[in-house]
Amino acid sequence: MGMTMSEKILAKASGQKSVKAGDIVWVKVDIAMMHDLLGPWLVDGGFRRLGGKLFDKEKVVVVSDHCTPPATVQQADILKFTRDWARAQELPYYYEFQGPCHQVIVEHGHVRPGRLILGTDSHTCMAGGLGAFATGIGSTEMIGVLLTGETWLKVPETIKVVWDGKLPHGVYAKDIVLKTIKDIGHAGATYQTIEFSGTAIEDLSMDERLVLSNMAVEAGAKTGLIEPDQKVVEFIRSKGVTEEIDMISSDKDAVYTRVLHYYASELEPQVACPHEVDNVHPVSAVEGKAVDQVYLGSCTNGRISDLRIAAKILKGKKISKNIRCLVVPASQHIWMQANKEGILDILTDAGCIVNMPSCGACGGFTSGVIGAGEVVMSSSNRNFRGRMGSPKGEVYLGSPAAVAATAIEGKITDPRKYLPKEVMV
Amino acid sequence: MSFIIKGRVWKYGDNINTDIISPGQYMSLPVEKQAVHAMEAIDPTFAEKVQPGDILVAGNNFGSGSSRETAQMVLKHHQIGAIVANSFARIFYRNSINVGLPVVEMLDTTVIEEGDDLEINLLEGKIINHTKGAEYKGTKLPEHLIEMVKLGGLEPYLAKKLGIS
Repeated sequence: MGMTMSEKILAKASGQKSVKAGDIVWVKVDIAMMHDLLGPWLVDGGFRRLGGKLFDKEKVVVVSDHCTPPATVQQADILKFTRDWARAQELPYYYEFQGPCHQVIVEHGHVRPGRLILGTDSHTCMAGGLGAFATGIGSTEMIGVLLTGETWLKVPETIKVVWDGKLPHGVYAKDIVLKTIKDIGHAGATYQTIEFSGTAIEDLSMDERLVLSNMAVEAGAKTGLIEPDQKVVEFIRSKGVTEEIDMISSDKDAVYTRVLHYYASELEPQVACPHEVDNVHPVSAVEGKAVDQVYLGSCTNGRISDLRIAAKILKGKKISKNIRCLVVPASQHIWMQANKEGILDILTDAGCIVNMPSCGACGGFTSGVIGAGEVVMSSSNRNFRGRMGSPKGEVYLGSPAAVAATAIEGKITDPRKYLPKEVMV
Repeated sequence: MSFIIKGRVWKYGDNINTDIISPGQYMSLPVEKQAVHAMEAIDPTFAEKVQPGDILVAGNNFGSGSSRETAQMVLKHHQIGAIVANSFARIFYRNSINVGLPVVEMLDTTVIEEGDDLEINLLEGKIINHTKGAEYKGTKLPEHLIEMVKLGGLEPYLAKKLGIS
């Protein structure tokens, strides 16, 4: 019987020829990733009580991103703790003020096909866009991983999601994933892998594939995988990785629990409405909803292609006087690229404020949280009650194009209106 | 940790996510200060009314969302005895076992009401509702985790495995 990508990667990580969904296996971890908020300051006590010796410092990556720049003394203390810890452990890979961890580990070549990556953040699954089996764990579990390099995992079943055909103008990866989550449901993929495939997925850029895998956890999935191809190889080589790449793929006769089949050409822009990510409707159903803030950024949709789309829409225009528009590039590298391309000028000329790369207001941590009664249109990944600040606020999620169009009108807007065919990307 | 848990029920619905249990804006505070805000988005009186040993009963997908173990930390701070739900989100379920916070799935939690007195046997997966005089079937702890839970969670389990007293 054939194996899925998940089964192959977990077989390799557990030193076995084959494993099948449902098996519980002890696995060796290729990368253990922690961020500031759920990393060293939470794990240090247990880690020291248990000997305090890292299994392999080359495989531990720490990214300070949630408390950056610190908005309170407590956050500053956490940041200092994290930095001091990384130094004391002589970690070769510590990143600070570089952007959200998921983007940073992708940009710095830590994510590679076939690797097993565990991180103290639920969106660690984003690394699946490059064919790595990546999933979120808690801080206590991370203590065990830091000490032994191992943990136990149940081999997940896989839901195959096939998107064939071409995306229409003004419709993006975010719309694909929102529609998929709507159909699978908030908990529909719990304990399972979502594997994205089909010609529409193959056509997506690396930037856009990461959107799909990033949000797999919003359907409860353990990870979201995309088979690596030449685009992935080129991307990883561009990060200076020279070692052989494990071009892992599911066997033709692999077993799936479900197969969902879609045609990209039939898709319209989608919006997730408060307060669940599966509360998804076509943009036409919510058009005209007044907003107070627009948020373009996050590890989901703050990449360079997202900023380019927003700049196309906002070039020569002004954002609505009734709102504020925050732009948060997903990394310092992206910030610099956007600056070089003149994108930041276009966005700031339109009235946007460019914040530094960090987790920021997406998780309600810093720089742009919302008050009671305020409404946000965001390109981020989660719209739970209280997620971005007040539990009496509301968060809608859409593509960067929908976010940019909404910024112009101050109310939720179909992005196709601002994307004449000749400038469609 | 005991395998028999007795307590009074607080009842909640579906999709009680980690942002509700442990709001992001308070995560950098010490746990006792975070705990004041636990569940406040859906139940502002939670921190005042909840008593040690109380049991949370909810619907589907309890604990969806973040990896944040602060969710377990604040519930443990309030000395919640156990959580019973139709289903749990994956990371939350795993984290709960790792820190020794009992989690039990049962098919239909609508038969349990707020204020009921429950008794849960984790080894047998048995839930007795003393208020209603009823008995329900819940999930047992997975075999490979019983030793970990007996020892009180992952940290004491690792201590034993690594030979640290």
